[in-house]
Amino acid sequence: MDARFTRGKSPVLERALGRPRSELSLAAFALLFSELVQYCQRRVASVAELQARLAQLGHHVGLRALDALVARERPGRRETKVLGVLLFVKGPLWRALFGREADKLEQANDDERTFYVIEREPVVNTFVSVPRENSSLNCAAFAAGLLEAVLGAAGFPARVSAHWHKGTTLMIKFDEAVIARDKSLEDAEIGGTAGLGGGRDGDSLERDGDTGMWGGDSLEGP
Amino acid sequence: MQRIGGASAALQTAANTSHAKDRGAERRKEKRKRIERRLWCLRKKRYKLTIKYIRSYTSSMSRSPGRKQENHKISRELFVLTYGALVAQLCKEYEKDEDVNACLDRMGYSIGIRLIDDFLARSAVKKCRSYSETADMIAQVAFKMYLGVTPSVSCNSVTGNEFSLILDKNPLVDFVEELPAERASLCYCNLLCGVIRGALEMVHLAAEVSFLQDRLKGDAVTEIGITFLRKPEDRRHRRNK
Repeated sequence: MDARFTRGKSPVLERALGRPRSELSLAAFALLFSELVQYCQRRVASVAELQARLAQLGHHVGLRALDALVARERPGRRETKVLGVLLFVKGPLWRALFGREADKLEQANDDERTFYVIEREPVVNTFVSVPRENSSLNCAAFAAGLLEAVLGAAGFPARVSAHWHKGTTLMIKFDEAVIARDKSLEDAEIGGTAGLGGGRDGDSLERDGDTGMWGGDSLEGP
Repeated sequence: MQRIGGASAALQTAANTSHAKDRGAERRKEKRKRIERRLWCLRKKRYKLTIKYIRSYTSSMSRSPGRKQENHKISRELFVLTYGALVAQLCKEYEKDEDVNACLDRMGYSIGIRLIDDFLARSAVKKCRSYSETADMIAQVAFKMYLGVTPSVSCNSVTGNEFSLILDKNPLVDFVEELPAERASLCYCNLLCGVIRGALEMVHLAAEVSFLQDRLKGDAVTEIGITFLRKPEDRRHRRNK
């Protein structure tokens, strides 16, 4: 491990985190993704395993994409509310990775831990045609893994899975602790304990109380 | 149908014109006929408009997914990170570097045989007449189109079938600091070699492609060497005849 740091400075570490310089062709990514899926397919025995593998690869990508993105899009602030991080995911994150925002963000009617990010046609599935016998396979499991890594690294551990519903739906199920923490933050705001919270404000917690725009109607769980 | 009805009504009115007191009735009939004709024309127009609307609607519906596809671009970070995830997964599953390199080359090959179609469709280049033109095409058009960089080409041999592409900026290693110590002989971008080899094979140019120098291994630049294997019958001679 030590040898790695003494071998010489890598130019990558010296580069500034500016805006991404260029965009690449979708065809190249689509072909790379198809190779990825084929590679995973050769090593698994079931659709669920294949989706798990794709999610694992997406996890790898998501972990590394988050830091640079947050530094670019939200400099100096950190998302502390569930709603804030979800809107960040739907907007800046999706736009930076896939070139367009996710279509809808919804909350489940019955469960306050479950949210849905809905896309009619995810970019990773652009050139994917699923054969009938594998019809439950949704290659957006890659995006699900990505999202899971992003939320986990941002401090909101969750489980994300991809489903065929209104196009592709990524179902996000936050841990209990996350929702409980969110509630206590809200209560602290509403309860008017601003005096007590004043000490914490120095940590530059973001306090955007505006709930902004939800998308669409809430729907029942799948 | 109404036209026929109108025609028969006209005949009837023509037969009745002899009677003077039917003149009023005749005028009324003509007026009614005119009104009916006008209504019929209007209905026909509305029908036409409806057809036009349906046609334009369906064509725009069928066109709009195509229109959205026209930007054809994704973020460079996503591509680079996905490639990194792929290499990391391969490193986890294979112990030897040669196996990983071979696997990357194979995957690159199967990407290349499909990429060439997309390349030819989008760039509409003419047929290359010589190996040096081919190498230039790869460097200046293909790399630019897919990776956004333009390597420089240099000819390595006198016979004119060995070229090298020198990449000073390689987007695939955007996020790579350096290779881990136990993976010293890993060719991180070996996928590119496979892609070039597969693409050239689909246009009937057999070639061997490999990395001659690699920045990740400590060299100054990244150099990809393309060696065209001469075909048994030389096409150029035939063309000159």
